[in-house]
Amino acid sequence: MNNGGGKRINGGTEEDDDEDDVNGDLDAWERTYTDERSWESLQEDESGLLRPIDNKALYHSQYRRRLRSLSSIATAARIQKGLIRYLYVVIDLSRAASEMDFRPSRIAVIAKHVEAFIREFFDQNPLSQVGLVTIKDGVAYCLTDLGGSPESHIKALMNKLECSGDSSLQNALDLIDGYLNQIPSYGHREVLILYSALSTCDPGDIMETIQKCKKSKIRCSVIGLAAEMFICKHLCQETGGIYTVALDESHFKELILEHAPPPPAIAEFAIANLIKMGFPQRAAEGSMSICSCHKEAKVGAGYTCPRCKARVCELPTECCICGLTLVSSPHLARSYHHLFPIAPFDEVPPSHLNDPNNKLQRNCFGCQQSLLNPGNKPGLFVVCPNCKRRFCLDCDIYIHESLHNCPGCESFRHSKPVISNEE
Amino acid sequence: MASAPSKLYADDVSLVVVLLDTNPFFWSSSSLSFLQFLSHVLSFLNSILTLNQLNQVVVIATGYNSCDYIFDSSLDLKRSLENGRMPVMCSSLLQKLEEFSFKDEQLSKEEPEGRIKCSLLSGSLSMALCYIQRVFRSGALHPHPRILCLQGSPDGPEQYVAIMNAIFSAQRSVVPIDSCYMGAQNSAFLQQASYITGGVHHKPQNLDGLFQYLMTIFAADLHSRSFLHLPKPVGVDFRASCFCHKNTIDMGYICSVCLSIFCKHHKKCSTCGSVFGQAQSEAASASDKKRKTPET
Repeated sequence: MNNGGGKRINGGTEEDDDEDDVNGDLDAWERTYTDERSWESLQEDESGLLRPIDNKALYHSQYRRRLRSLSSIATAARIQKGLIRYLYVVIDLSRAASEMDFRPSRIAVIAKHVEAFIREFFDQNPLSQVGLVTIKDGVAYCLTDLGGSPESHIKALMNKLECSGDSSLQNALDLIDGYLNQIPSYGHREVLILYSALSTCDPGDIMETIQKCKKSKIRCSVIGLAAEMFICKHLCQETGGIYTVALDESHFKELILEHAPPPPAIAEFAIANLIKMGFPQRAAEGSMSICSCHKEAKVGAGYTCPRCKARVCELPTECCICGLTLVSSPHLARSYHHLFPIAPFDEVPPSHLNDPNNKLQRNCFGCQQSLLNPGNKPGLFVVCPNCKRRFCLDCDIYIHESLHNCPGCESFRHSKPVISNEE
Repeated sequence: MASAPSKLYADDVSLVVVLLDTNPFFWSSSSLSFLQFLSHVLSFLNSILTLNQLNQVVVIATGYNSCDYIFDSSLDLKRSLENGRMPVMCSSLLQKLEEFSFKDEQLSKEEPEGRIKCSLLSGSLSMALCYIQRVFRSGALHPHPRILCLQGSPDGPEQYVAIMNAIFSAQRSVVPIDSCYMGAQNSAFLQQASYITGGVHHKPQNLDGLFQYLMTIFAADLHSRSFLHLPKPVGVDFRASCFCHKNTIDMGYICSVCLSIFCKHHKKCSTCGSVFGQAQSEAASASDKKRKTPET
């Protein structure tokens, strides 16, 4: 009861909520304008005329900020990252999650972005595992155990989206603490809590639970959907996590996806170790055998565990018979770009393009797009600090966020600093 | 961010980015001369452009010391309207190629020789992907992109990480990498690239009939592929090689911090400097069935 009232009072201070309350009295045609907020994509120029906001420059500056904050952490020569992660995602299914300040409701938005997050997470951390926990009626349930298959998690989540009752942080943390204590010591234990409620109904002292999490080296992060809460902030501070509160849907998406790349490892959190792994070979096409994971007879398509010769259907997995971790080399290669990141490119003011000695490259080295704006005015571009090639802003973002290779450095035999690190 | 946008173009319009291996060390030892190879490829490119008038071809040269764009049909076709289409396309490509190989050769003079004579596949692959992203950005109406590697040089081990990064980026934006390998041993990089991205890998038995192979396997657009019986991948080897001896191994030890692969148990990781020693005793108490003591 208390919870709902608190929400209303608090929500009134937020801009979004203001509108929601008003929306009830609006006609349908008015509502489309309120939803689109088309006036926000305009700005005034020097002479007072309206013009659309230059989104490209805006996106790029946002991206630069992100990149800079990442590289400031990565300045240490040999950064260690927690590449083998065991993450529990806690989804708050209390009454507060059915609030409609996010469209169509908080829980629908959460479900949508958790799905995207899980896919992105496994793409970036192929050797890691995720489990789902929900809080409902003051009790925490384990929806899925730790596992490496994105489909099974998403399927389980989509079937269980009813919200009711109160929320309890302590119950969720206690449950997860029990599970995460069993994982191997080299793994990084993490919890990501998506918290809608503004209160927590706990059976005992939550401060003790927080200390217990800290002792078990569980890194707890919280993304709030309502307002900042002291207890969440305290939890994140104590355990080394990040606490953020989402302003709107796109902000929420940004915040949740920030948790997909591996965090910098804290030395004492996980003990470095050598893990024994097997690299199974694909079984010959047409050979028939019983797979150990589904206990079914299958023709072709499968992998044979190199130690006990049991057949498994897909990688990466753990052999059900002997417990050996089975991976293939591309799974490992998928994580290497976290360890050998490419240097951020330097921004160059457009005036340099007109220099008489700099006439060599007028097109982006990656995509051949002209670096001149329409009307032959020089535009903004960036330069790789190693190979001195010039790139357009779009390529800059693509190269750093998806490709993780500098085309300039790669297509020149001498300058390969990134690769030489590895040998 | 690199997801493929919705495709409203007709489903049989293609953009083919061809990566042409111009490594002189390979072509001097090949049974097919570079000139013959070029005539096969030029006829193939012409055929793609005539299959559909919206089709687009981009050629990137993969050299020994550098990579560069040598042909873009979206730029050159405008000029060719004035004086007959095909000869202009060929001549502009050949002219650019000549300039490129001249520059490439000059770069190599500054350098002592030796090592494996690989070409810079990682560079041309990265450039091709940047170009394709630009096509994706250009709006909802764009041709279906794919990459075709015409490669003869052996794999360069130092390019492994870069090529794998490119492969995963292509996979994320749903760009198939087709590969036609003309060298002696098969290329593990290209086999993996085609397998992971859903492209076709083929190693022609008889290089004299290269044009025939190119036409029957690589000319069809992505939509029509589902109706064809294309060569199936046989035995892609996904085993890893260890960082210490470069041996291919079945079972090995992975550093939990940096995922380096070792064939034997070490005390210290040579890549990231983590020390493994004391962890063994401490971890033995934990309930962990997966941890193994070193086998000697």
